[in-house]
Amino acid sequence: MRRTLFESLTRGPLTEPPPAPDQAALAELARSVDRAARTRLGRSLSIREVDAGSCNGCELEIHALNNAFYDLERFGLHFVASPRHADVLLVTGPVTSNMREALLRTYTATPDPKWVVAVGACAADGGLFARSYAVTGGVKDVIPVDLHIRGCPPSPTDLLKGLLALLQAASRRG
Amino acid sequence: MNPTRTVVTEETWRQATARLAAGNATLLGLWGDAPDVHMALIDERSGDMTLLTYVCSNGKYPSVGAKHPAALRLERAIRDLHKLDAEGSPDARPWLDHGTWKGGAPASYQFLPAEGEGLHQIPVGPVHAGIIEPGHFRFTANGEHVVRLEQRLGYVHKGIERLMNGRTLAEGAKLAGRTSGDSTVAYAFAFAQAAEAALKIAAPPRATHLRALMAELERMANHFGDVGAICNDASFTLMHAQTGILRERTLRAAQACFGHRLMMDCIVPGGVARDIAPAGEASVRALLVEARKIFPRLVELYDNTASLQDRTVTTGIVRGDYVRQFGAGGYVGRASGRAFDARRSPGYAPYRDLEFEVPVLDAGDVNARVWIRIREVEQSISLIEQLLDRLPQGETIVPLECDGRDCEGMALVEAFRGDVLVWLRLDGEGRIARCHLRDASWFQWPLLEAAIEDNIVADFPLCNKSFNCSYSGHDL
Repeated sequence: MRRTLFESLTRGPLTEPPPAPDQAALAELARSVDRAARTRLGRSLSIREVDAGSCNGCELEIHALNNAFYDLERFGLHFVASPRHADVLLVTGPVTSNMREALLRTYTATPDPKWVVAVGACAADGGLFARSYAVTGGVKDVIPVDLHIRGCPPSPTDLLKGLLALLQAASRRG
Repeated sequence: MNPTRTVVTEETWRQATARLAAGNATLLGLWGDAPDVHMALIDERSGDMTLLTYVCSNGKYPSVGAKHPAALRLERAIRDLHKLDAEGSPDARPWLDHGTWKGGAPASYQFLPAEGEGLHQIPVGPVHAGIIEPGHFRFTANGEHVVRLEQRLGYVHKGIERLMNGRTLAEGAKLAGRTSGDSTVAYAFAFAQAAEAALKIAAPPRATHLRALMAELERMANHFGDVGAICNDASFTLMHAQTGILRERTLRAAQACFGHRLMMDCIVPGGVARDIAPAGEASVRALLVEARKIFPRLVELYDNTASLQDRTVTTGIVRGDYVRQFGAGGYVGRASGRAFDARRSPGYAPYRDLEFEVPVLDAGDVNARVWIRIREVEQSISLIEQLLDRLPQGETIVPLECDGRDCEGMALVEAFRGDVLVWLRLDGEGRIARCHLRDASWFQWPLLEAAIEDNIVADFPLCNKSFNCSYSGHDL
């Protein structure tokens, strides 16, 4: 263990410089983020992830945000275990009919002000699963969405760009 | 591989069920194709596969699950999706159908009773605390000890099999690759093999080698991630951070080779969608050097940390007779003495020409499942090296030609968590008439219920992560 720890100290960090926030995401957020909410929250957001029927590909890349290369927590963003502690719901999947109720309840349990980020192609419009008897077809059809991060799955860098844009919008003093 | 499908009488169907119940054959799959029900079996000693069809009359067929519990959930799914009833089944409750689809079953659901003094229930999910897939766990506990766990799954049912109907093979391959994102390579691999078996064509040698390269990168990435995640569930975060680096490096090598971190849509029927990029080989070789340097150190760390061993050794034991009865594959089966690996038997290209070992242990606890994964990482490193050294030149894809007749194909591919079965029926134009995808999780989830019995509630995350069953792959 000592060797591993020591090497971590001497090697220098693996963490990479942050990507610039996504401009398109900033424009989408400018329309949706309430000024009062921005001033109240400051530069820190708690995220609750909700899988609403994804294939688990998006979850793998969301997990990667916590690894040494992307180190999400350096931006004041961190994942929490309960919607009651969350400012942001990060929702993946085409919202299966079987998860619709659970997603609604999770949204209701999240205190205001709150944002919803729909992650991945399925969450945008159902993706490849659109028009199935068993899916709703997009997060925005169930709860209001403030930001879409597209990709199948979006890479951790894409996710980071979107979340940084959200952070910037949330912390810009009105 | 393409076993002949035989339409059987009720008597032969019952004999096959008896063979399963007696342990003389292992159930590979049971699925609906109204008005038919198909059953796939394998003789593990010879590797021979049998495919049987029972033609239902009045929407009924003799229950397999009544004699062989591994079939119970499959039968409940068949009723939900195809309206075919298993006559004589002891469990008539719906499974994937939660009553939310048009014309679905009523929403009330009865969990099995657990009664006794001092028992209490803990309902968990479908939305869990971590970044994981949704499912419901109903624990009945006596103080800290779990006396019964009952799962309720189906929350991520997307209707994949019905979406397949009428699609082209190219569209079907994309859907198959999104059955379980962590096994996208394995699913695309199995789907492509089933399509090729149906069309009686073979992918060129360079393509099969590249497929195996992708499959081993996927296996390694998942094992790295999960070994760390299991330790993280015992609050040993250092391991999680370190294996997270190895996982990220693996995904970056995959990106450098095939242009996608998870290698989605890279395997297609007929071959591979893209050849390895010119710089790809060097990035994979660099990954192997790094993995050979760092991973043994982490293994040593795992083995020498008593507080961690205290959590994993003797926790969540799965009995050997259960894994054989359920035909549980992957590290769940191999950590409890079942030496089954689809790469070895029935086997498929290019693994027949490669050297590798199938590690097997008998302890059946969380620790044994961790060790199987460690050993498999070592095997994957060796396999990737062999694949790069022996990568044949030539074509990477052959055209798909359909002779205008209906055809069928089946494939069994070893994903990181166990064998994936794909069965495919094509119409005369080469479009999908029926596609069935069976994840390894179908035969592993029920054993998790048994593994947690008499363990403390706090050890459930460890047990669960050491199985890491797929919700999406199971729910379809």
